[in-house]
Amino acid sequence: MTDSALPMTVADSATSAPRKLVLDKKRVRSRYAAERRFRAYGIAAIAFGLFFLAWLFVTLILQGYGALQQSKMRLDVTLDAATVAPGGQVDDNALRTADYTALLRTALRTTLGVGSDRGERRDAYALLSNGADTELRNRVLADPSLIGKTVSVWVSAAADVDTLIKGQISRDLPENQRRLNDRQIAWTDKLVADGRLEKRFNTALFVNGASSDPEQAGMGVAIIGSLYMMLVVLLTALPVGVAAAVYLEEFAPRNRWTDLIEVNINNLAAVPSIVFGLLGLAIFLNFFGMPRSAPVVGGLVLALMTLPVVIIATRASIKAVPPSIREAALGVGASKMQVITHHVVPLALPGILTGTIIGMARALGETAPLLLIGMVAFVVATPATPFDPATALPVQIYMWAGASERAFVERTSAAILILLVFLIVMNAAAVVLRRRFERRW
Amino acid sequence: MSSTLVLAALLLMMLASFAVGRQRALATADGHARTLHSRPPYYGTYVAMWAAVPALLLLALWVIAQPTVIDMVVRNSLPDDVRTLSSDKLSLVLTTIDNLANGRAVVGEPPAYAKEAAARLLSLRATSSWAMTVLVIGLAAVGFFFAWRKVNPALRARNDVERAAVWLLIACSAIAILTTVGIVFSMLFETLHFFSMVPPQDFFFGTVWDPRFTAVGRDGSAGQFGLIPLLWGTIFISLISMLVAVPIGLLSAIYLSEYAHKNVRAWVKPLLEILAGIPTVVYGFFALTTLGPLFRDLGASVGLDISATSALTAGVVMGVMIIPFVSSLSDDIINAVPQSLRDGSYALGATQSETIKRVVFPAALPGIVGSVLLAVSRAIGETMIVVMAAGIAAKMTLNPFDSVTTVTVKIVSQLTGDLEFNSPQTLVAFALGLTLFVVTLGLNIYALHIVRKYREQYD
Repeated sequence: MTDSALPMTVADSATSAPRKLVLDKKRVRSRYAAERRFRAYGIAAIAFGLFFLAWLFVTLILQGYGALQQSKMRLDVTLDAATVAPGGQVDDNALRTADYTALLRTALRTTLGVGSDRGERRDAYALLSNGADTELRNRVLADPSLIGKTVSVWVSAAADVDTLIKGQISRDLPENQRRLNDRQIAWTDKLVADGRLEKRFNTALFVNGASSDPEQAGMGVAIIGSLYMMLVVLLTALPVGVAAAVYLEEFAPRNRWTDLIEVNINNLAAVPSIVFGLLGLAIFLNFFGMPRSAPVVGGLVLALMTLPVVIIATRASIKAVPPSIREAALGVGASKMQVITHHVVPLALPGILTGTIIGMARALGETAPLLLIGMVAFVVATPATPFDPATALPVQIYMWAGASERAFVERTSAAILILLVFLIVMNAAAVVLRRRFERRW
Repeated sequence: MSSTLVLAALLLMMLASFAVGRQRALATADGHARTLHSRPPYYGTYVAMWAAVPALLLLALWVIAQPTVIDMVVRNSLPDDVRTLSSDKLSLVLTTIDNLANGRAVVGEPPAYAKEAAARLLSLRATSSWAMTVLVIGLAAVGFFFAWRKVNPALRARNDVERAAVWLLIACSAIAILTTVGIVFSMLFETLHFFSMVPPQDFFFGTVWDPRFTAVGRDGSAGQFGLIPLLWGTIFISLISMLVAVPIGLLSAIYLSEYAHKNVRAWVKPLLEILAGIPTVVYGFFALTTLGPLFRDLGASVGLDISATSALTAGVVMGVMIIPFVSSLSDDIINAVPQSLRDGSYALGATQSETIKRVVFPAALPGIVGSVLLAVSRAIGETMIVVMAAGIAAKMTLNPFDSVTTVTVKIVSQLTGDLEFNSPQTLVAFALGLTLFVVTLGLNIYALHIVRKYREQYD
């Protein structure tokens, strides 16, 4: 810290009065204090990093775990044949278009004992999710024999009810500032007391597509879109990356051209991800006319980003294969290509796969390039092929983070937790692969 | 036939040629594989290669060239008065023709020439598709027979196949180059297009960022595209993030490499590196929902007006993200400082911290500067954190509590939503992207140069 802590130089001691060789206790003490301070700074720096990490995770978990459960309402719905299948027709089309909302509303009215007052009715209906009719419809489509019976179904409650039950909105606010009025809160409490309203596992979060109703919005489309993209990355970046690395490591002469490729690869690894998005937009969408929002384009862009990672990892693990193995194979008459395909690459495979998985994990969390190629889309239907519009996990997080409803905060955190689980699994797989199979010669 | 079907047919032909080639090799050798120059599968691969590779190349070429060629023919066949229309109107006509040809709905009654052109488009497409099928399959057959005839025990099939494989490897490694070339050219092309509408000096030295939206600024006022405010925002946020990341990253690297017990290091280092593995959108969300409001409330309690999306919030969160970059790179560099330097310092009676400050740190300084520069380039190119936490107002302010915006934020905001590709409003994103690319590339090359130069001294 201060210069006084330093032993004086020879020149200094020559000009000043000769110093006693007795230890200056005060100075030693201050030097030791400086030593302790310096260590404390180091510990504080590490503590800050770890604290931030813990804070991040604790916040996300506390905010997000609630979204795993969703408030559902048990209603005794009379599936009267006249509404569900008018004219006795039980074909798919009639079942799809029937007015399930009316059935649910009737059931809700009888449960709550609501009269014919319009305001009262409106308040009661607001307790139901807008997507509840779809849930009932799927139930009926799965089992048409239910028609004509009174069945007890669990359907989603509205997001406002959900946030109330989870305690995320205060009951003490004045009525006109609340999303639910006193009557609705009383009904909610009654339903809870009757065991008709409770939190159940939120399957919709994992299977549904985009929705503007938080209680119906899910990550299904995003998960599938991300899986497609990872598939494209794996199928393109891995073979191309390994081939490029094999060439550079085993065949390439040392000349300007290969130097250029090397410098290039190192620089590509450090190019900002958003630039790859611009590349994808200009080349894949505008020049080749590929579809917007398609996972295949996203996958190609991410593959270009992952390529340098795969090449660098592959080169490192090919380098680690000892020359004696190559020489032995050449000695028994194998050609150079046979040495590589039969010996070098199989021996380097654990390292290659570790690098690929780590690169893919990074690609999975990448958002910015996907925004530019139109993956920010409101996609309801599950994509059947990689050419259909889809979103990706991180893009879904970005979109939900921008939504204003309180219930989306919880869902965004849950989506982040899902993404982090994927990343942790991938990284753990890479670590296991390295520990298990990587040989050290 | 569609190109997918042709591709499938080619793949089938490839499999069949492999089997035929292998059989033929065995047959010419009377079933004695040992009299063959190469192992039988190599002959199969040889024939399959000749059957598939030229045909695949032709197919690829055809698929890429077909739309452009057909488009040109159709365009040239349009009446003269239509062809000389302004480019906007012409593209509208072409869209109408395309919609007619694809059986999509068209606004109003299309003119006769458009119907005619649509019909021509359809017939051209059909012809092209047939020609492609015949030519590609024909080429495959020619290749197959050529190779089939050459198969005999003396043919050096393995050498030929391996030579072709090396070319495949070379092609794969050229993709890395192609990516860079693609990045540079695609952006350069659009940037030049942009500069034909907005003069470069207005872009590089303009101090106002106000890209009006296309609909409003169509005639006359095209909006102002000054780079300076965006650049300032980028630099300002990067500076804040460095103020967080450099001291913390450096101190933790020093502690971990010089003081920490081996077991502590084995646990703490990977934990800190998790910070670099968390997707940036997660940091953005955290900044938006937790840190931003926290800073705002803290500011309010001491009477400071901190906006919820501020340079401070974005910078701090970005700094945390960058800590592991600085710390692991510095860690490597500090470890590369030879032990003899430390031992010499201890022998003179210096304490450990004095040794670090006076000997190890100066020796490692060039490398540390390099790693900091790499971190800076990372901060400049970072997108999601700033998109979510820094705000969108392009301001030149020195107040860290105010919201500023960056180059990357503007690239995203100019390119999401409905796009019209000929307006400066969207093209400016490519100019911004090119600027970003050049700046980060320069930083990276310089930083890697410093790191490498430094390493050579002790190796």
